[in-house]
Amino acid sequence: MEIEEVYSREAIDEREGRQINELIARSQDIIPDPDQWLDEELKRNVLVTSVDAVLGWARRTSLWPVVCFPACCAFEFITTAASRFDISRFGMEIIRASPRQGDLMITAGTLTWKMAPQVKRIYDQMAEPKWVIAMGACAISGGIFRSSYSVVPGYNHIIPVDVYLPGCPPRPEALIYAIRMLHKKISQRSIIREGK
Amino acid sequence: MTTALSPGKIAKQLAKKFPEAVIEEGADSLLLKPESLLAVMEYLKTSPGLDFDYLNHVTGVDYYDYLEVVYQLTSLKHNHGLVLKVRCYDREKPALPSVYGIWRGADFQEREIFDLLGIVFEGHPKLRRIVLWEGFEGYPLRKDFL
Repeated sequence: MEIEEVYSREAIDEREGRQINELIARSQDIIPDPDQWLDEELKRNVLVTSVDAVLGWARRTSLWPVVCFPACCAFEFITTAASRFDISRFGMEIIRASPRQGDLMITAGTLTWKMAPQVKRIYDQMAEPKWVIAMGACAISGGIFRSSYSVVPGYNHIIPVDVYLPGCPPRPEALIYAIRMLHKKISQRSIIREGK
Repeated sequence: MTTALSPGKIAKQLAKKFPEAVIEEGADSLLLKPESLLAVMEYLKTSPGLDFDYLNHVTGVDYYDYLEVVYQLTSLKHNHGLVLKVRCYDREKPALPSVYGIWRGADFQEREIFDLLGIVFEGHPKLRRIVLWEGFEGYPLRKDFL
């Protein structure tokens, strides 16, 4: 039967290997903007005044992070989320386990190629608009594991990244600084994008 | 604390039943012949007084000239332990007998050695990749990788 064939172990292994090899092959390509085609139409037909300001304010003050914590930077994120540093000050206290309810992916940790299809899938499942903070040396460039055979040399090889946060691991203050930088970026964004 | 058994004593005991099974007596381990590995392991597990009923771990090591597999055994009954080693000189197609039939715990670890060092464990019922993905070329834990 065909169903058994699709769900057999060998087929699943082979499909996983194919996905990973495709990701590796495409890791040097430029990631295309999914709503590039909208720009021209919007520029010609839509006029906005203070809607941008309101949207930017609403979006930046209710960023809900998605769980993507493959390694040790997660503990700095947990500290940031806990009462001492308290990211609920920025409206971020709800950490979503479902990617469909989150806006912001904080990629806290080393990513291996074996895990890469899952992270890509989580990112693809998040609803627009969405942002990514690459947290820590491993997320930026692979860190000390960069030359390894199994580690992704930076999340920007598989998903677009908005803010790069260096450190190994970064202090909670640094993460809050990165979040503040992202806030600035969001408030500068217009629903009609200007100047490519 | 688990007491480590003296390899010399065990070697003497093995020599009665399996002559020429032990190639070398190390300070803390025994080097076995690959052909007699399964028979010796079965004997170590079942014979009273030894009762090695627990396989702590199986590991593979690359020493350039040969690939070595290390077995750490423990008897939960008598609380003593022993280290056994087997060598594989063929780098192109290394093959060793699988101890899966004696200790089920060898399952994942033999698969890991197969994946990362390329040693084929003959008799293992489902010897597939465990850590790396399909299509990965080479054996990363070998010294000549990269």
